[in-house]
Amino acid sequence: MIAFLDKMTATLDIKNLNVSIGDKPILKDFSLTVPKGEVHAIMGPNGTGKSTLAKALAGHPDYEITSGDALMDGQSILEMEPDERSREGLFMAFQYPMEIPGVTIANFIRAALNARQPEGEELNAPAYYKSLYEKMDMLKIDRKFTSRSVNDGFSGGEKKRCEILQMAMLDPKYAILDETDSGLDIDALKVVADGVNSLRGDNMGALVITHYQRLLEYIVPDHVHVLFDGRIVKSGDKNLALELEEKGYDWVKQLAETAA
Amino acid sequence: MNSITEDVPKKTESKSVTTFKETFNQHIEDIDTTPGWWRRMKREAFEAFLETPMPKRKDESWRFASLSNLSFAEFDYGKPPSIANAQELVEKSNVLEHQSGSFIFADNQTIDAEKASFELQQKGVIWTSLREATSKHGELLKDYFMKQEVHLGSEKFALLHSAFVENGVLLYVPKGVEIEYPFLSYNWITRNNAAAFPHTLIIAEEFSKVSLVEAHFSTTEEAPALSCGVTHLFAGVGAKIDYTLLQDYNEETLGFQINSNIAGKDSTVKSLSVNVGCRNYRSETHGQIKGDGAQVEMLSLAVADEDQEIDQRTLQTHSAANANSNLLFKNALKDKAKTIFSGLIKVDDGAQHTDAYQTNRNLLLSNTAEANSLPGLEIEANDVKCSHGATTSQIEEDEIFYMLARGIPKEKAQELIVYGFFEEILERIEDEKLTEVARSIIQTKFSSK
Repeated sequence: MIAFLDKMTATLDIKNLNVSIGDKPILKDFSLTVPKGEVHAIMGPNGTGKSTLAKALAGHPDYEITSGDALMDGQSILEMEPDERSREGLFMAFQYPMEIPGVTIANFIRAALNARQPEGEELNAPAYYKSLYEKMDMLKIDRKFTSRSVNDGFSGGEKKRCEILQMAMLDPKYAILDETDSGLDIDALKVVADGVNSLRGDNMGALVITHYQRLLEYIVPDHVHVLFDGRIVKSGDKNLALELEEKGYDWVKQLAETAA
Repeated sequence: MNSITEDVPKKTESKSVTTFKETFNQHIEDIDTTPGWWRRMKREAFEAFLETPMPKRKDESWRFASLSNLSFAEFDYGKPPSIANAQELVEKSNVLEHQSGSFIFADNQTIDAEKASFELQQKGVIWTSLREATSKHGELLKDYFMKQEVHLGSEKFALLHSAFVENGVLLYVPKGVEIEYPFLSYNWITRNNAAAFPHTLIIAEEFSKVSLVEAHFSTTEEAPALSCGVTHLFAGVGAKIDYTLLQDYNEETLGFQINSNIAGKDSTVKSLSVNVGCRNYRSETHGQIKGDGAQVEMLSLAVADEDQEIDQRTLQTHSAANANSNLLFKNALKDKAKTIFSGLIKVDDGAQHTDAYQTNRNLLLSNTAEANSLPGLEIEANDVKCSHGATTSQIEEDEIFYMLARGIPKEKAQELIVYGFFEEILERIEDEKLTEVARSIIQTKFSSK
């Protein structure tokens, strides 16, 4: 019985979500269920609401959720503050990670992990550094980066690797990767994809948002959804990404018109 | 006994002036075992103090500052009968892991002293209290003690200091002596309405190297007090001085701090201040570049909250060529706090190839805080690199969101950003333990409200 319940609720469940920026509706009755253990890709042309989905789920104050719900393992996250959502197990890799001068990567990630510790308890420093170094090695990040300020003066590839490092350290239940491939050359893309793949497993669900099929060659999704004008117009397996690449986004527009 | 109040007070003299003269005479009596030249110097200073008008807000050097209702006579300039918990204070005076010598003062009285090592004494290093220096090193003091003109507006406060200073430290480092660990001067205020006059005088001869840490703390949160401190650093040819001041008085204290860094040829002088205390705090820092090739750094960080006002005036005077001065003052403001930064770089016509920089950065953490910035340049040489810049900014919402998205609570996120903002100053503190102490002072300031 318990196993059955777990299976039912171990999902990131987005139900009829409507999101506006100012007065402008962006996501329209958007629904999607991502079970733990699966990787779902969301593709679509620019301006159709991909990043809005990521930011609204993460709780960015500029994105107003007008109706609908988002449940993480059966629990609605919409009333939670962004930091609470994160501590509950939601992770978003930013398309444009912020630079934070003077705050080192080591201190930043430590603060994030300490926020997950029971009241009054602190991380064990040697164990923390051991784990941090392991993950940095995996992501081919120079260990010297621990004492560099978060994203300050990083190249595009370094920023994205740093996002994946944070993801690896925070061990989320569900991860949303917002155009993690943008601005990466192929080598950097491979490193980032390897990092994501090493974290794949039964304990994490992932939503990979991308404009290009290229990333999905390296992070092979279980499902692909095509987003247009704030809603999913077509879903399929990994081959949908290839089909989309071939036919271009005009095809998506036609799909949307047919659907409407 | 000589007394300046032997004359019958003039009718026009206000009651507070009369009282204050009595206070001063009492002070002179209290130190009557000290050399006559010092007492004469004090009397002259006191006379000049009385004649010097109180600065007004409309004076350019006091623009934006609040000086209302400062009544000198209300403070207690007398010698305390005893210092309560002296031993406890001594134990608390521990900002350093290793030190070359220390003095711990409470309400201007020495409560503990650690002499310089025998080896350093053999080399001619003098580490002594000002009180003792006036008897034993009068010749040295005649050339260096309170010999700097005040250019930044606090003439009256410098005179007050001269009149009442009775303790402090003298550190003299002979030619070629390099000292590894810092000296420490701790100044505690313990009494209600106490007036404290911290004094630091460092004379570093040719190619010597020395560092000193000065701490200004209160023992209680509530007791109002006045602190009026003076620090003069003299760096001879090729000498290196590294000076750090931690000021964490309670927020009922009025603080004045007048510093001068006098840099000789090819010397290196770094002064760094961490200011979090006082209700009103005024600091004046004058970097005097007197010798060719000198390198002067003036660094400061301040956190102001509630109704605190921190008023910073700086001057970088280049009167020698090929020298470089670099000033960075960073302030974080909360609540209704106010800061004023007014800085001037002056380059004389002979000071060619000067590199002089002045930067003031303010981080506003509330909409009601106010940061004023008045940077300035006066350049008479034609071949120099000088710049000044001031910025006032708020924490970007997206920076906070990024941290929230990692699960870091908002308060902690702000704190990390503020630390980050101060990091470029904090990382310049050489001593590791001192850096941690500075960090924890900032942290306490943030967590106390």
